[in-house]
Amino acid sequence: MFSLKEYITPSSLEEAYELLNKNKNNVILGGLLWLKMGNKNYNMGIDLSKLGLDTIIETEPQIEVGCMTTLRQIETSSVLNTCFDGIVSASVKNIVGVQFRNCATVGGSVYSRFGFSDLLTALLALDCYVHMHKGGIIPLEKFIKMPYEKDILIKIIIKKDGSRASYKSCRMTATDFPILAVALSRCNSSWKIAVGARPNKAALAAKASKLLPENPTKEDIASACETVTSELHFGTNLRGSAEYRKELAKVLVKRGVEEICR
Amino acid sequence: MQIKCYINNRLFNEVIEPDMLLIDFLRHTGFTSVKRGCDTANCGLCTVWVNEKTVLSCSVLAASVNGKHITTLEGVEDEAIAFGKFVADEGAEQCGYCSPGFIMSVLSMKRELNDPTEEEIKHYLSGNLCRCTGYMGQLRAIKKFLQQGKDGA
Ligand SMILES: Cc1cc2nc3c(=O)[nH]c(=O)nc-3n(C[C@H](O)[C@H](O)[C@H](O)COP(=O)(O)OP(=O)(O)OC[C@H]3O[C@@H](n4cnc5c(N)ncnc54)[C@H](O)[C@@H]3O)c2cc1C
Ligand code: FES
Ligand code: FES
Repeated sequence: MFSLKEYITPSSLEEAYELLNKNKNNVILGGLLWLKMGNKNYNMGIDLSKLGLDTIIETEPQIEVGCMTTLRQIETSSVLNTCFDGIVSASVKNIVGVQFRNCATVGGSVYSRFGFSDLLTALLALDCYVHMHKGGIIPLEKFIKMPYEKDILIKIIIKKDGSRASYKSCRMTATDFPILAVALSRCNSSWKIAVGARPNKAALAAKASKLLPENPTKEDIASACETVTSELHFGTNLRGSAEYRKELAKVLVKRGVEEICR
Repeated sequence: MQIKCYINNRLFNEVIEPDMLLIDFLRHTGFTSVKRGCDTANCGLCTVWVNEKTVLSCSVLAASVNGKHITTLEGVEDEAIAFGKFVADEGAEQCGYCSPGFIMSVLSMKRELNDPTEEEIKHYLSGNLCRCTGYMGQLRAIKKFLQQGKDGA
């Protein structure tokens, strides 16, 4: 069971950042769902809920999602259900239940960079950035590979580049962690294939993506699927073996490409 | 630390530990309909409403509900009894352990979704696990409950 000596709701991001770095055992609180499962003894829990960071704002070039936005807000947002064929909303729909998604936050989900993350996989297929208080604006692809630093994720930014997109996951039961998650996007003639829950963190299959022309043939799709399984590492855990995940990846990538081309 | 919040429209002013969970706070204040099932955010048994939205009270800090309105099963007793009749008629409950969280989710769904389809009902309630019934009785009860008064039933 985790413990907390102090709970605080700072009134500015600057204050939150200062408090976070004052003691190595101070921690930012998102929805608490993951933090609470651990058994660490924290000094101070810093709750950002008074900072107005729970909004989804659409402007002409981009969509900005504040770190305290809940997964349920993402699921029900009309903007996110429309843009990019709704893959951002679709990616969170199977995460436990409504009352869970009313608590879990975007900040907690993206900062954690979990291997099994549905949301991270969907965002990686898009032109997405994280805005960190100290670290500034960082492409998500780079952020995923960075070490965990004591910083605050303020919001995520998704560029509205008109991408067509598709999101697919495979689960043993409806609300379980995914065995595999696949997100694809096509912007003009350029494809991105993101594969998560391998069970490692989501990654882009760059070589396979390059094999797909704007309107791929069956052969193009087949060779992209093969390349996905050879260029990315697939592992084994209690949800599935590496071999099984590779087979799943081929099926989900093929379905995703076909969906986008339809 | 001190918090002030409304539970079922009654004001509470309490001293709590910073890491006290909402479920423990509610049970401590006498709202024992709120129960722990898994304690790992999976089962939905501990569901209550904070400002009219369902949350898992096993995974929310009591400190974070300062100034907010919490609703437990005790606060929606009449509606719960009305729904309970449909549950009984359909034989949709066996041990009944899942009921407090399940009912809070059903009543929340009734407020949030207008005329939900079967798929939408299943999706909305997928976070409430029941080890006994197989869900079909619950589904029949919900459909009849939502339908009441609409076709003169
Ligand atoms: C039972 C269970 C099942 C799950 N199933 C799935 C699933 O199927 N698919 C899936 O994708 N995910 C799943 N998740 C993960 C879940 O969706 C959330 O990603 C997770 O709970 C973290 O979100 P949170 O808001 O609760 O963060 P917290 O638990 O509060 O925080 C997690 C971490 O992020 C840090 N943090 C939070 N916000 C910020 C911020 N703004 N800036 C910097 N650091 C921050 C915290 O300090 C902490 O280290 C599951 C989680 C649980 C507990
Ligand atoms: S006790 Fe809270 S979800 Fe099971
Ligand atoms: S009736 Fe026994 S768990 Fe639902």
